[in-house]
Amino acid sequence: MTVSTTTRSAAELTAQARDVLGVSRLTNRALTSWLHGLPGVDQVGCEGRVAGLGTRSIKTTSKAWAIDTAISMIDLTTLEGSDTPGKVRSLCAKALVPDPLDPTTPRPAAICVYGDMVATAKTALGDSGIHVAAVATAFPSGRASMAVKLADTRDAVKAGADEIDMVIDRGAFLSGDYLTVFNQITEVKQACGDAHLKVIMETGELVTYDNVRRASYLSMLAGGDFIKTSTGKIQPAATLPVTLVMLEAVRDWRDLTGVQVGVKPAGGIRTTKDAIKYLVMVSEIAGEDWLTPEWFRFGASGLLNDLLLQRQKLATGAYSGADYVTID
Amino acid sequence: MPTFDYAPAPESRSVVTIAPTYGFFIDGAFTRPKATFATLNPADESVLAEVSQAGPRDVDKAVAAARRAFEGEWGRLSGAERGKYLFRIARILQERAREFAVLETLDNGKPIKETRDFDVPTAAAHFFYHAGWADKLEYAGLSAPGTTARPHGVVAQVIPWNFPLLMLAWKIAPALATGNTVVLKPAESTPLSALLFAEVCQQADLPPGVVNIITGDGRTGQALVEHPDVDKIAFTGSTEVGKTIARAIAGTAKKATLELGGKAANVVFDDAPIDQAVEGIVGGIFFNQGQVCCAGSRLLVQENVHDEVVAKLKRRLQTLRVGDPMDKNSDLGAINSREQLDRITTLVDAGVAEGAERWSPECTLPTKGYWYPPTLLTGVAQTHRVATEEIFGPVLSVLTFRTPQEAVAKANNTAYGLSAGVWTEKGSRILWMADQLRAGVVWANTFNRFDPTSPFGGYKESGYGREGGRHGLEAYVTTTPATPTGATR
Repeated sequence: MTVSTTTRSAAELTAQARDVLGVSRLTNRALTSWLHGLPGVDQVGCEGRVAGLGTRSIKTTSKAWAIDTAISMIDLTTLEGSDTPGKVRSLCAKALVPDPLDPTTPRPAAICVYGDMVATAKTALGDSGIHVAAVATAFPSGRASMAVKLADTRDAVKAGADEIDMVIDRGAFLSGDYLTVFNQITEVKQACGDAHLKVIMETGELVTYDNVRRASYLSMLAGGDFIKTSTGKIQPAATLPVTLVMLEAVRDWRDLTGVQVGVKPAGGIRTTKDAIKYLVMVSEIAGEDWLTPEWFRFGASGLLNDLLLQRQKLATGAYSGADYVTID
Repeated sequence: MPTFDYAPAPESRSVVTIAPTYGFFIDGAFTRPKATFATLNPADESVLAEVSQAGPRDVDKAVAAARRAFEGEWGRLSGAERGKYLFRIARILQERAREFAVLETLDNGKPIKETRDFDVPTAAAHFFYHAGWADKLEYAGLSAPGTTARPHGVVAQVIPWNFPLLMLAWKIAPALATGNTVVLKPAESTPLSALLFAEVCQQADLPPGVVNIITGDGRTGQALVEHPDVDKIAFTGSTEVGKTIARAIAGTAKKATLELGGKAANVVFDDAPIDQAVEGIVGGIFFNQGQVCCAGSRLLVQENVHDEVVAKLKRRLQTLRVGDPMDKNSDLGAINSREQLDRITTLVDAGVAEGAERWSPECTLPTKGYWYPPTLLTGVAQTHRVATEEIFGPVLSVLTFRTPQEAVAKANNTAYGLSAGVWTEKGSRILWMADQLRAGVVWANTFNRFDPTSPFGGYKESGYGREGGRHGLEAYVTTTPATPTGATR
C-alpha cells in the first residue's frame, strides 16, 4: 500500500492555512470566523439522508466485493491497559492470517496499539506491509502538556510506527480556542515526520454536527492526513451521521484545496451490515476515490470476525459459527 | 463500471396474484368483467390485467349500494364500531404491505423502495389515525354549540394515478370515520391497488356497500360526480378536471373538496444548510419521478449561492439510480404513462426553446417503457412556460432571487398555491416566510413530509378543502341542529 505523506513543518502548515483563509496572520479570530462561516448541518436532514442510504440492498457479487474491501480497510485494534506483548503478537498473527481456512482472505490495513507496543507489533508483522498505527498525545483524554504529547508521538515514531492517531484537545475546541487545537495538530504533524497522521476528534464529546464539521475543517487545515471519529473510549463512538458529515467535509476540502484527506470511523462498528452501510456512504457521498484503504479505514476489533463469517457464508452458502473464526 | 457496483436486488413479484380480468366492487362483491381495457406496467409496457369500464348504469348500481348501506346497517353504527373496522383495515394493510407495495410498483412504475417505505405505510397510518377519530368526533370541534355534525351520506371520490393507494386512504379513511359511504374511482392507468383494497374490505367484513370501487376513464368519473344521489365529492387530480367538476356541481346541493395541481417554490437562502438543502431539493422534485402535485418544481435559490448549489445538485444527481422500479436500489422509476411522458417532453422542449439550459446526468434508460432522465433547467425566467406550468415530471426549473421580499414575490407569482419550501438556518425568517407564502403547506428545512395528523390542501387554483388532521374531517360532515340527546353519531 502506498501512503502519500508529505513531511511538513508547523510553520509551513500555518503559512498554508493563512493562504486558505486569506489572512495575513493566523489568529483565533480568523479561525473562528472561518469555521463559523461554514454552512450549518441540519440534524434531521443529515440523519434522514443516512437512513435513506441505509436501505441500499447489497447482494451477491457486490457483497463479496464489499466484504473484502472492508477487511482490507480495518485498523485491527487493541487499546487496553491490560495489553501484553503476547496479546499484541496474537493480534498481529490474526492480521497476517485472518482466516486460516481461506488463504485468499485479504489482510487488514494496520494494527493499532498504544505507543509502547509498537516495537512488538513491528517485529511480529515484519515486512508484511501491514502498517503499525500508534495512538499518541496522551490518548484517550489528551489532557497533558504539549511537551508530553510531542514526546509521546516521537517515541511511537521512533519505535517504528507508520501511522499516528492523535487526539485533539476537546476542551480547547469547546471553549472556542481553535488556534490552540490548530497549533497542537501542526506540531504533532511535524513530530510525525514520515508517519501518517490521523486526527481523532472524539465526536462523542463534540456532540453537534456543526461541531463535527468545524473540527473536521480545522483538522484538515492543520495538516491531518486522516480525520477520525473516536477513541472508542467515549460513547457514542462512530456513528453513520457523524461519518457522513466528515465524508462531506473531505469531499468539499478536496474541491477547495486539491488535497485529499482520509476518513476513519472508529468504535462501535461490529457487523458486516454496518460496515457495508459505511461503504455505501463512502461511495455515494465522498465518491469512489475514497473506496481504498489509503483513504478510508475502520477502527475496529470485533468487526473482522463478523466479516470473516459472512465471507465464509458467501463462499460456502452456509453459516459456520463463532468457533470457525479465531479469537485473538 | 463504478468501483462499488450494486448487483441487481429485485423484489419478487410472486408475492402478489393479479387476476387476468377485473369487474367492479359493488355492494360487497365483485361484478363480472365487461367492456375491459388494459392496465400496463409502465416500466416495460406489458399488460398486467384487463379492467372494466363503468358506464352510467354501473355508476347507478354503485351509488345505490352506497345509499342502502348508509341508510342501513352502516348508518346506525356507533363511532366506536366504525373505528373497529378502520383499525382492522389498517392492520390488514400492514400485514399485506409487501403485496400492496409490489402491486403498486408494477402498476404505477414508481420504485419499490418508495411503495415499501412510503406509500403503503403512510396509507396504513391514515387508517389508524382516522380509526382513532371515529368515536371522538364530538370533541373535534366540527360543529358550533347547539348543532351536531353528521355525515353527508354518499361520497363520490375520484383519485389520481400518482399515489393510487395513498390517495385512496386519504379519501376513504376520513369518509368512513365520519360515517359516510363511498363510491371510489381510481385512475384508469392505476386501478389495481384499489381493486386489491376491495379484497381487504371483504377480509375486514366491512358491511356491503360501504365501500364501492368502480373503474374506468374520465367518462366514468364524470358520470359519478354528476350522479344526482351523490352528496359530496372529493377529487384529487388536475386543475382542468377540477374546474369541470366545480362547474358541473354548481347550483346543486353537493359539497366538494378539490386537491389540484401545484408549482411549488423551494426557496434556498444563502445561510441554508447546503448539503441538506440539496437533499431536500432532490427529494422535493425527484420523489415519485416528480409526479407529485406538491413537488418542489421551482427552485428559487439566492443568487449569491446559485453556482455552489447547482454544482452540488449536479454532483448529487449523478448518484441517482434510474431503472427497474422493482430493484430495491432504484431511486427513480418509470413515468406512469406515454401521455404523461409526452407532456413532460413537450414542456421541457418548450423551456429549452425559450432559453433555459438543460442538463441531465449520464444515465442509461431502459429501451422499453416510459422513461425520462432527471433533468435540471437552469437560467429559467418567471416568464418561461417551465416556470409557470405544472410539468409533473422529474424536471427542476432553477430561478434566482436577491432578497427575501423578491423570493416571496416570485414564489407567490403562480396560479397555484399548494406547497412551498424554505431553507435557512434563521428561525425568524422561516416564520416570516411561512406567513407570507400563499401555499397550503410550507416546509421548513425539509420537503415532501406527510403525516395523517397534518392538514393538506391548497390556495388558488390548487383547490379547496383540506385533507388530513382535524381539518380534514370537516369536509366529511355537515351540521344540523342538535338531536334531543345532543349525541353525535
